[in-house]
Amino acid sequence: MVRVGVVTFPGSLDDRDAAKAVRIAGGEAVPLWHADPSLQDVAAVILPGGFSYGDYLRCGAIARFSPVMDSVIAAAHEGLPVLGICNGFQVLCESHLLPGALIRNDHRKFVCKEQRLRIENNRTPWTGEYATGQEIVVPLKNGEGGFVADEATLDMLEGEGRVVARYLDGNPNGSYRDIAGITNEAGNVVGLMPHPEHAVEALTGSGTDGLGFFLGLVGVLA
Amino acid sequence: MTAVPSYVVDTVEKAGATPDAAQPYTELGMAPDEYARVREILGRRPTSSELAIYSVMWSEHCSYKSSRIHLRQFGEKQPPEAADGGVLLVGMGENAGVVDAGDGWAVTFKIESHNHPSYVEPHQGAATGVGGIVRDILTMGARPIAVMDSLRFGRFDAPDTHRVLPGVVSGIGSYGNCLGLPNIGGEIYFDDVYAGNPLVNALCVGVMRTDGIKLAKADGPGNKVVLFGARTGGDGIGGASVLASATFESEGERKRPAVQVGDPFAEKVLIECCLEIFAADLVTGIQDLGAAGLSCATTELAAAGTGGMDVQLDLAPLRDETLVPEEILMSESQERMMAVVTPEKLDAFLAVCAKWDVLATVIGEVTDTGRLRMTWHGETIVDIPPRTAAHEGPLYDRPVERPLDQDVITSHDGRDLPRPRTGDELRATLLRLIASPNLADKSWVTDQYDRFVLGNTVLAQPEDAGMVRLDETTTRGVALSTDGNGRYTRLDPYAGAQLALAEAYRNVAVTGAKPLAVTNCLNFGSPEDPAVMWQFTEAVRGLADGCQTLGTPVTGGNVSFYNQTGNTAIHPTPVIGVLGVIDDVARRTPQAFVGDGSLIYLLGDTRDEFGGSEWAHVVHGFLGGLPPKVDLEREKVLADVLIASSRDGLIDSAHDLAEGGLAQALVESCLRGDIGARVVLPEGVDAFVSLFSESPGRAIVCVPRSEEVRFGDLCAARGLPAQRIGVVDVLATELSVQGQFDIPLRGLRAAWSTTLPARFED
Repeated sequence: MVRVGVVTFPGSLDDRDAAKAVRIAGGEAVPLWHADPSLQDVAAVILPGGFSYGDYLRCGAIARFSPVMDSVIAAAHEGLPVLGICNGFQVLCESHLLPGALIRNDHRKFVCKEQRLRIENNRTPWTGEYATGQEIVVPLKNGEGGFVADEATLDMLEGEGRVVARYLDGNPNGSYRDIAGITNEAGNVVGLMPHPEHAVEALTGSGTDGLGFFLGLVGVLA
Repeated sequence: MTAVPSYVVDTVEKAGATPDAAQPYTELGMAPDEYARVREILGRRPTSSELAIYSVMWSEHCSYKSSRIHLRQFGEKQPPEAADGGVLLVGMGENAGVVDAGDGWAVTFKIESHNHPSYVEPHQGAATGVGGIVRDILTMGARPIAVMDSLRFGRFDAPDTHRVLPGVVSGIGSYGNCLGLPNIGGEIYFDDVYAGNPLVNALCVGVMRTDGIKLAKADGPGNKVVLFGARTGGDGIGGASVLASATFESEGERKRPAVQVGDPFAEKVLIECCLEIFAADLVTGIQDLGAAGLSCATTELAAAGTGGMDVQLDLAPLRDETLVPEEILMSESQERMMAVVTPEKLDAFLAVCAKWDVLATVIGEVTDTGRLRMTWHGETIVDIPPRTAAHEGPLYDRPVERPLDQDVITSHDGRDLPRPRTGDELRATLLRLIASPNLADKSWVTDQYDRFVLGNTVLAQPEDAGMVRLDETTTRGVALSTDGNGRYTRLDPYAGAQLALAEAYRNVAVTGAKPLAVTNCLNFGSPEDPAVMWQFTEAVRGLADGCQTLGTPVTGGNVSFYNQTGNTAIHPTPVIGVLGVIDDVARRTPQAFVGDGSLIYLLGDTRDEFGGSEWAHVVHGFLGGLPPKVDLEREKVLADVLIASSRDGLIDSAHDLAEGGLAQALVESCLRGDIGARVVLPEGVDAFVSLFSESPGRAIVCVPRSEEVRFGDLCAARGLPAQRIGVVDVLATELSVQGQFDIPLRGLRAAWSTTLPARFED
């Protein structure tokens, strides 16, 4: 069974949901603890949503220095698939595994809604289940989800096809170029502001459109 | 370096030696005879620390001194369903009641007010209201699984509402979102009577296995008393006594330091830490520190257990080293808990705290002396029988008098108010009502709350009730609704309380869940006003009688008095929370119309009832007459039909009829499903009455044609009136009321959904 690590920082909130999504997709969810550098031989890692370390200082800024992140950063450079969702995306940016930064929503309020997205890149280990151009609906919930980067970085991301998902039907948080998710140069690290782990069961969340992220990963690694 | 003012500790020894020293009991909110009673209990004057303890523990907020004799009815009239072997596993008196949810699952829920702090400091007041109720649930041994809030503000267009509402919403959002608890519903109302006295009532529900229930008591001499969580600071001093137990005059600003400041991250870590402690069975008793802080936790734990406790108060970790014992005892700093731990389990307990970076300090131990003793650097500053502070506070039977204007209000019944007659007038009335603040779309607020986290949310606002699955390993779930209507209760407090109960009960049944138990938040003016006490006693009597009839016991709740500024009290506003259980959440009934050609049925009887209605309020600014007539036996029949229909798959949607009547329910079900409907109003009833009356005991349901006969038979067998009033029409992009008006869905949506954003977007 494909072992997927889910990190719990103090203040992580969506770690249970991420583990559940892995299980529904047929993988084994392995809990990883922020203070323990061991990655327990997992084949991929998910950094879940939440408010790690209270998001004091800046979202993700303290989590980036946790013992587990030293191991995640090193393994990501070696090609380990890593998905950062919401706060996890912020941690990836703070860790410089992904370019850019996430800032307070332009309307200055927390936003929670069912969000339509377009998958722009299906070549990552996390997005292979989707067709490029496919539209999906997954929950979005954040206070600091505005993706920003300088023009050169944005042009590079676009030029190299590293925008993974884009917001449709209106920009919910002021992200530049409606960017909802990006990947690194190698394509193994993906950061996503919306929450596919909340869209894996028909009865809860916004349907099952998010399950593809986890099915795709488990499929690639199996 | 600033010189620290020298503090002279007041000891028990000194108190004995200086019996006549003047003490500031009045400033601490104590009456002269209450102070005299403390002296009598102790046989001397209290030390300043003891005075601090008694002043907060005997405050209205903590002691329920004006309400206790009336609240007894909830126990006396407890329905047979609650008795031994019934639904109640833990009744009133603990931090929250516990209900049997079947299959070894137990759920605990409670609603509590944080009204006064939310006016003085809206963001922190509301945030710490959420934090406090979540700790109450956690204290029972449960994992908190959802929150809701019931909110009331002053006039929608009043400048101060623009200060209070965004602050309250951001406070609830930032705290609840950061805790990782889905916010699944609640209510928001606006009325001038709440200007200066907004109501912020927060509800939390938690789940545990029935063998995991924890109680707040300090048993076993020699067991250790551990204070853990945040350090104690200088915030919230006197919150219970000075702030929550007095009427606002005009010095709201001055009371700001009495409001606590919350840190949701600290609470989130504390929750996980406690759950790990519970799972390893490391505590014998536990209590959260809420109102009255350390005073409350120490006296209540000791009083409920072996009876005594020794505490070394100078060991309590402080945020501010200059705090003195009196302040430490009265501080309401958030995110603190107190546990009683056996010496053998202490190391394991402290290890879990260390894992979560939660500060934990042994500050005392349980004794069998029957005394709560506290020392401060070796000197005894407190030596009292804990029961006298925790349970034997003053008890008042306050004067009760029917308000002088009660007859005037009810006799001006509004029969002569001009009513819309033509189709055009009815259309204009509908559009005006759905855009009015109390009936308009609240998603501007609720979209600031996380409703998805934990992955078990099955129904959330704007559904009639919120519903969450207990755990991903079960299909079992709970549904919750809170309801209240201050205008109805102003017109008739007995009926108003029952109408609120009936609506919450109905809202739960509409989803397919079986209503089981009740929590309540009783928001009233000053108990020192006999007219307010009349409203209170009538409402309590109505609620107790209603719960007895419906078979849903009261499990706990909260009384909030002094919601008044000067002599002007709020409308009496009992907010009632009802919890229901459903075996299989996949069977839940949502609100949205679905299924082309499905038949719309109106269940129940519609009468000409507009007393206290939204129509009279919005169109005529009028309040008078009597509220709609409540029929609890009918409510039970309606609930039976709704639950059976959900179980047997006879209906695709259901929506209760409440404020705004049938028109509001039709609009909401159409917009929620983004689907049109063609409606034919019942013959023989005036169209205006059909559309806007607020008769209770009613719902609309959507029945697939294939189930029409079975559904009709079910209603007939139970004697429930059911009238077919229309069909769902996927091709019609409008709500069409035959012979009266057609309104396009986009016109409905524009009217309904723009009111709040237009007011509160900067």
